[in-house]
Amino acid sequence: MTLLRAVAQRLLYAALLLLAVLVLNFSMMHLAPGDVADTIAQSMGGADSDVMARIRSDYGLDQPFSVQLMRYIGNVLQFDLGYSFFYNQPVTSLIFSKLPATLLLVVTAQLLALTVGVLLGVYSARKQDGIVSHFVTVFALFGYSAPVFWTGILLLIAFSLKIPLFPVAGMIDVTVEGGFFARFIDLLRHMVLPVITLASIFIALYSRLCRASMMEVLGTDYIRTARSKGLSTREVVYKHALKNSLSPVITLAGLQFSAVVSGAVLVEAVFSWPGLGSLALQSIIARDTPTILGILFFSALVVIVGNLITDLALRWIDPRVRSRT
Amino acid sequence: MTALLRVENLRIELATRLGVAPVIDDVSFELAAGETLSFVGESGCGKSMTALAIMGLLPDKVGRIAAGKILFNGEDMTQASDERLRSLRGNDISMIFQEPMTSLNPVFTIGEQIAEVLRRHKQMDKRDAWKRAAELLDAVRIPDATHRVGHYPHQLSGGQRQRVMIAMALACEPKVLIADEPTTALDVTIQAQIFDLLEDLRKDMGTAIIMITHDMGVVAEMADRMIVMYAGRKIEQGDVHTVLDHPRHPYTKGLIACVPHLVATLDEHRPPLTEVSGIVPGLQEFGKNECLFASRCDRVVERCLRERPTEQRFDKDQVSACWQANTL
Ligand SMILES: Nc1ncnc2c1ncn2[C@@H]1O[C@H](COP(=O)(O)OP(=O)(O)OP(=O)(O)O)[C@@H](O)[C@H]1O
Ligand SMILES: [Mg+2]
Repeated sequence: MTLLRAVAQRLLYAALLLLAVLVLNFSMMHLAPGDVADTIAQSMGGADSDVMARIRSDYGLDQPFSVQLMRYIGNVLQFDLGYSFFYNQPVTSLIFSKLPATLLLVVTAQLLALTVGVLLGVYSARKQDGIVSHFVTVFALFGYSAPVFWTGILLLIAFSLKIPLFPVAGMIDVTVEGGFFARFIDLLRHMVLPVITLASIFIALYSRLCRASMMEVLGTDYIRTARSKGLSTREVVYKHALKNSLSPVITLAGLQFSAVVSGAVLVEAVFSWPGLGSLALQSIIARDTPTILGILFFSALVVIVGNLITDLALRWIDPRVRSRT
Repeated sequence: MTALLRVENLRIELATRLGVAPVIDDVSFELAAGETLSFVGESGCGKSMTALAIMGLLPDKVGRIAAGKILFNGEDMTQASDERLRSLRGNDISMIFQEPMTSLNPVFTIGEQIAEVLRRHKQMDKRDAWKRAAELLDAVRIPDATHRVGHYPHQLSGGQRQRVMIAMALACEPKVLIADEPTTALDVTIQAQIFDLLEDLRKDMGTAIIMITHDMGVVAEMADRMIVMYAGRKIEQGDVHTVLDHPRHPYTKGLIACVPHLVATLDEHRPPLTEVSGIVPGLQEFGKNECLFASRCDRVVERCLRERPTEQRFDKDQVSACWQANTL
């Protein structure tokens, strides 16, 4: 019951947030010079001012800002994000054709970063003077300060050009023959470098935080209690301590979700990953306003859903969060 | 009869910023099956360290047993493997800590935290352990136990949490229970209830208790024998009534003098034991070959500053580490 209420409350916040995103997006695009009429005129190879005016009135571009905004929001509510003249198809279907690739990248990278980050963090917290611990410190600094595209290009040079282990670009190889399994392996091979590139920043972040929170938890009274019960080191660390030290890491992961999504844009560009990021890049260059707005809207949606999942995970881990709401 | 627990010449060293200090220095004592032995002494005199050493839980890298033996049923626990110690801990020897508010894991139900011990040591399956956990909660007088067993620590008061700790410590009916100031953090009325509970459970199970406390009233009421600690040393030991009637160490005398009505009931508020004038020496002084109480003692003689007092035995196993013990 309380769970339902908490979810309902989060959904309400999410809806308000999305509305704000819509208004903000639309206003920003509106303020930028150039509009759809310019794009259409351009694709026609130029048009005189009469034609431009007709296009503007056809698409309602001559209406006041507020009317345009209300109409835009109304359309979005019906899942109509407009029509892309550049791609010649509705924005919604355009986005849905690219969204799975981005989700695959973002979710896999986030899960990988969390798993590896937590394992490294726990391990280095227990062996504070060991090699792994120093490695985590250095790696964290390095991973966090190296730009994603640079890491990506380095990995690309190393593991697909010098040592051709993985494909250079794309998500699937159409020439791959065989059944589902062969195609699945092909997809995995394509995923390795982009996912590692994107995850590397966050592995660094999560492992450092996890190390710190694990060290704190290991010094608490309840860990002493757990040891006084005769539990094995494994039970003490991976049951009693881990669940407690996860909360800050998951909170951070939630906060970083938007960074993962924006990191994905760069990674997609480096690896020609056919997702929303690549689409965003192309439509910005083409000044394809409806598509850009649609992508912004969906990125916001992805981040909000990510945060919702974070909230639920925190509730699951920490009963004190549960009883607070 | 041989003692259930026997500590011989225990020395615990702590690594501090100023070097290694003997936080427990040459302490020996025995605990017989079923008896209650009380440890008293001011804050910082090493009571908790002694308890943690017996549990094998000295703080990692900071504290270590430098010399001595801890014999449980004749087996030296300082030489035992980790595996062996784990099988004793929580099973034959358990401990309740000073801090009930923070000693339970906040993210597991109290039922799980009790059941875990039973699964670990009694090989109970999940369902039986859970059922037994509820029974134990009932035994430590937590109302509505079958319902409360699924609660989390933050839903309980401090007194209830300490009851949960007691249930957990007694789950496997240990032979030795170490209670390290189990009520210091609780208010006075709850204190009395907790002591009553411990006393009843002790009678039921025949568990020997090491009761660490600041409170002479508790000693008088609960303990059979007592040990007075000062600056990491055992300075007096004996039967509770003998020691309270006729203390053989100036420090013990001071402690007793601070308590107005030893016979008063536990419900009454008693002032804390801080009224012996002067302060405990710092950790780095602990190893010195002199009487560490000398600077606070009104009977100090030249010898006290030259030589650490040896333990002198009196009637009824009373022991005092004071050069003047005979004249007291
Ligand atoms: N983890 C630790 N690291 C370093 N020194 C410690 C640690 N724990 C305790 N000490 C020191 O060891 C000495 C003995 O501490 P101990 O906890 O045994 O005292 P105590 O008699 O239990 O006191 P209290 O009545 O306050 O609980 C103190 O001087 C304390 O400062
Ligand atoms: Mg203590």
